[in-house]
Amino acid sequence: MAKYIVKRVLLAVVTLFLVCLITFFSMNAIPGGPFNGEKAKSQAVIDALNARYGLDKPLGQQFINYMTGILHGDFGVSLKTNREISTIIGESFPISAKIGLMAIVVALIFGLILGCVAALNRNKWPDHVIIFFVTLFTAMPSFVMASFLLLVFCIQLQWVPVWSTTSHNYILPVIALSLPPMSYITRLTKTSMLDALGQDYVRTARAKGVKPTKVIFVHTLRNALIPVVTYVGPLTASILTGSLVVEKIFTIGGLGSKFVDSITNRDYPLIMGTTIFLATIMILMNLITDIVYKIIDPRIKLE
Amino acid sequence: MAKNFDIPAPKKKPLSLQLDPKKFEKATDEEKRQADVMAESSTFFRDGMRRLRKNPIAVIAFVILVFIILVMIFAPMIVPYGYSEIITVEGVRDKSAANMAPFQYSTMEKEYMQKYNVTVFPHIFGTDELARDYFIRVVYGMRVSFLVGIFASLMVLIIGTIYGSISGYCGGKVDMIMMRIVDIIYSLPDLLMIILLSVVLRETVDFSSVPIIGKLGTNMVSMFIVFGLLYWVGMARLVRGQILTIKENEYVLAAKSMGASGGRIIRRHILPNCLSVIIISTAQEIPSAIFTESYLSFVGLGVAVPMPSLGALANTARSGMQSYPWKLVFPAVAIILICLAFNLLGDAMRDAFDPKLKN
Repeated sequence: MAKYIVKRVLLAVVTLFLVCLITFFSMNAIPGGPFNGEKAKSQAVIDALNARYGLDKPLGQQFINYMTGILHGDFGVSLKTNREISTIIGESFPISAKIGLMAIVVALIFGLILGCVAALNRNKWPDHVIIFFVTLFTAMPSFVMASFLLLVFCIQLQWVPVWSTTSHNYILPVIALSLPPMSYITRLTKTSMLDALGQDYVRTARAKGVKPTKVIFVHTLRNALIPVVTYVGPLTASILTGSLVVEKIFTIGGLGSKFVDSITNRDYPLIMGTTIFLATIMILMNLITDIVYKIIDPRIKLE
Repeated sequence: MAKNFDIPAPKKKPLSLQLDPKKFEKATDEEKRQADVMAESSTFFRDGMRRLRKNPIAVIAFVILVFIILVMIFAPMIVPYGYSEIITVEGVRDKSAANMAPFQYSTMEKEYMQKYNVTVFPHIFGTDELARDYFIRVVYGMRVSFLVGIFASLMVLIIGTIYGSISGYCGGKVDMIMMRIVDIIYSLPDLLMIILLSVVLRETVDFSSVPIIGKLGTNMVSMFIVFGLLYWVGMARLVRGQILTIKENEYVLAAKSMGASGGRIIRRHILPNCLSVIIISTAQEIPSAIFTESYLSFVGLGVAVPMPSLGALANTARSGMQSYPWKLVFPAVAIILICLAFNLLGDAMRDAFDPKLKN
């Protein structure tokens, strides 16, 4: 087990390093330095600025400097607003995290419930209805979902204000974010529930006269949950990437909309900082998921 | 041969179990025919197709796809508008034709129709804010999405299959190193990397001189490059896993002992046996590529400007959503239809060709 964890952590570190490497060098490949402003500066000024920020050093040295900065929580300065990127992330990430966490919880709870209902009513109408909607939602990109929700509930029905600063305007973004992963969790739960329901130990439990609710919750669901646990890592990634567009559509000032804005504004240091920050979260979540998966299911052979 | 029956049987010993040929008669032709195998021999492919045809969902998905493809091919020939063409009446720019509802005519068009007593081809989906026919733009958007989906999944198919089969077939150290590379690429956050590389390639490389691709724009090229760089790992893992099981089979050993080369064994013995899995996951790759394309277009990293794509159309429609909701509905429904059809067909194909994989 310890060997597996060490191996998995090493892989995560290498991946993270690779992300930083790709980000840094691809951003450096873009022509134009950070001081190419509207007003032309004299060469002496540019040289002085370059020396001040260490940009006159060789690329390798710059990369090491940048990495050291990141490890100290310093992502550099945004080109457009001249603010520390770590401050921007610190301000906007809590908003994204709040919505994201809500979406994860909603997706997990409803996905599990719907999946169980579908599995327990196999080939009856609840199953068909659930599977119909789940299939529809998986074919819907999150931005289409978000736009539709906005169109129907804000504009046509006017149940929710299009824009407000109170917290209840999180309802629609959370729904838009959670529906696609929820559909996936529903399918996953249904499959693994059906699989678990067909096992011998479930039949034994039933034959012994264990209460049906106990059979479902103790014998079946516990085993059916394992594949769902493995999905939590990809779920985080899907919610984070989904939040980029969903936040933009609902004009929430979270990290996602900052990222999209930085792409439109060509604010390279901000793109770089956000990419590395988001990638770190995704990789960490995948790492945790993988390790938890091995812990909760001892049947899985350790490599 | 009948003569044999005339040969007098050797004298039978009382307790011998020897049979007396005289007690037998020849089978007639009809009786012989009965012994023939009644069912026609069926290949693996034909078997799968039969199962697929019996699945109503697969048939519906297939019909929808064929319909979409026919519309994509023939609509630009029938509809007399271009995707970047601003509607003109008698050579004059029709400014009143902007943002029209489906099947609505502008005042200039109405006057023109009354004057010459002809009908102008209707704007099936209305027009956009620059007075361009929206139907043809959606059709071209579908073309772009389809092209991206199919091209990207083909690239994934080729790279993933080659990489996976080499890794799986060689085994040992080669396999280990190749799979560690796959592990690392697999854990890269793909969409973030696509966005990043699209931004970079847009700034650094210029593809506008290349014939077809130039029209789609640098963003599309960078998307293909990124797909080729990142998305093949899933396929490579799949193919490797298949090959690891198949290569233990006796017929591979037989081929090897007869001196067949490694390449020949992969091509002739191993790949045909994992073909179904490869085809199915390629079909399932198409909607995910279309998703990525529409996502990128939505973020503003999609196709170059006059060329429409479904994601870009949906994005532009967002600003005028309150007044012209149909402009959002049409491209969105198109994306959903295409992805739904591919998803359902892919699932049905998996069930039909690989019953083992079924849930």
